[in-house]
Amino acid sequence: MNDVVICLLSPAGFDRAAQGLAGAGRRLAEQLGSQLTAIVLSQQSPAIAQEVATVVDKVIVVVDGGEYQPEPALSALTETCRQLSPATVLLGNDTYSQEVTPRLAYRLGGAAVGDVVEITVHEQALRVARQVYGGKAQATIELKRTPAVLWTRSRSFAPANRLSEPGNITELSLEIPIDTRTKIVERKRESQSEQRLEEARVIVSGGRGIGGPEPFNDELKPLAELLGAQLAASRAACDAGWVPPTLQVGQTGKKVTPDLYLAIAITGASQHMAGISEAKNIAAINTDPDAPIFKHCRFGIVEDYRKVVPLLRQKLIAIQNSQT
Amino acid sequence: MNILVCIKQILDPEIPAREFRVDPAKREAERGNANLVTNIFCENALETALQFREALSETKISVLSFGASTAEDSLRKALAMKADAAALVINDKTSNPDPLTVTQVLAAAIRKLGSFDLIMVGREAGDWGAGQTAGLLAEELKMPCVSFVDRIEPMNGGLRLNRQTDSGSEVLEAQTPLVVSITNDEHNVPRIPKVRDVMMSYRQPLTQWTLADLGYQLEDDKYYQVVDLSIPQKESRCEFVTGDTLDERVESLAKRITEVTSLL
Repeated sequence: MNDVVICLLSPAGFDRAAQGLAGAGRRLAEQLGSQLTAIVLSQQSPAIAQEVATVVDKVIVVVDGGEYQPEPALSALTETCRQLSPATVLLGNDTYSQEVTPRLAYRLGGAAVGDVVEITVHEQALRVARQVYGGKAQATIELKRTPAVLWTRSRSFAPANRLSEPGNITELSLEIPIDTRTKIVERKRESQSEQRLEEARVIVSGGRGIGGPEPFNDELKPLAELLGAQLAASRAACDAGWVPPTLQVGQTGKKVTPDLYLAIAITGASQHMAGISEAKNIAAINTDPDAPIFKHCRFGIVEDYRKVVPLLRQKLIAIQNSQT
Repeated sequence: MNILVCIKQILDPEIPAREFRVDPAKREAERGNANLVTNIFCENALETALQFREALSETKISVLSFGASTAEDSLRKALAMKADAAALVINDKTSNPDPLTVTQVLAAAIRKLGSFDLIMVGREAGDWGAGQTAGLLAEELKMPCVSFVDRIEPMNGGLRLNRQTDSGSEVLEAQTPLVVSITNDEHNVPRIPKVRDVMMSYRQPLTQWTLADLGYQLEDDKYYQVVDLSIPQKESRCEFVTGDTLDERVESLAKRITEVTSLL
């Protein structure tokens, strides 16, 4: 079997990341001349099942009951994949997908790769690209076992086209043994809004040079609100405790793909750049004209952000007023 | 509680991009003048273990590494940070073993060392960053696994864990044995060992095994193979906004922002 399976685990629903995942799956299935199937865990159905059915050939809703728990979710995915025996299993870049990917590969006798940004077929073998060495280099990796189980930087893949006829939705009920060795007993949301950072079209991000928690709140946050943007930060700013770690962008934080990433007082170390390499436009405000961030920028200004940001807000308000 | 922390020594990830070179034929990074350091998430894991021992005194912490003979320095540093025992499996065969090979070697060493209640692994390494060791090790040892953990406390014979997620955090209750991957937060910033303890650590016992001692035979490319490694040339030319005054420059910045975000 050459079939491609996508697993939708993120509680965020059929968002841009899930659409990118379906797009990556569809293009791979076309190259392999095979079918595209989506596995949905039931806490998200039926709404997401119907949405994803518009772009895949088949949707399997696993009726497992309850919210994600690591061990039962892994067992359910393993069992469903065994029934389908796919060549490739694709997942997104949410916490749960990252957590299950290597274990699912192991159970299926396959091989896993994470943070995939490109998938190609090379003489019957699957090759994937990912960044290594904190974004300083890119590796192409050929999978040597089947299935290939990949978690992807899914929003950087173009969405799939709608099918003329939606795919078939079937329910699958599994006998998953009760496993209480680990149990999520509390889920805390810290994020500023309902939208995930990975989904943001515009991001205003601050670094070590911001200097403290207050300017994040008093300067960057109002600018972000004005732009309809999400607030983010570098690891240095998160480690300093100025903003929560959920806002961290970079190699070990979120990998984001906005239309505009506005980097304020961020030097642009490669570990940070690894999180924004798929951004369409990067712009920077920095006092140091030699800061590495400017090498990646479409445009920028060499100036202290404390002088620029308040003025920038006034200018943006003026532009917005003039256009209404 | 018997804790094992797995540790990886890597090329210093802080070296500037302009000094970073790869050997395309070998498909690995050139060492150049870079230092070898302990991967930061492994140190976060050790720090988390040390704090756990401070909360539950009858805890023993062992550290294990699979790497070149230079990895001894990372283990000595762990001993200086007050780990109780250290073991190194020397890899003199391949510079970048695939995640399954790493896992199988670690699992063989773990079986030889004894039994552990809690196995801690950094969430990923600053070199290849595959981020698979915790998950694969859990499968190989038939244990459950929790990823992205930043705090662990003892609780009624079991464990209470905090972990980071996309949108915030989760609290988990877990039984042992358990494998966790550790991420960083403000609470597990690794302590700096005293110079004296670093010197003393070189007198402490350190178990060294070869792959043959573990009865393990390396196979090439059984999981995946790196077929290309290159440095992407992706620099774009930055257009610095112009204007005679700050006001004009910021106005021009605002216009550019409005253009690319197509904001009205």
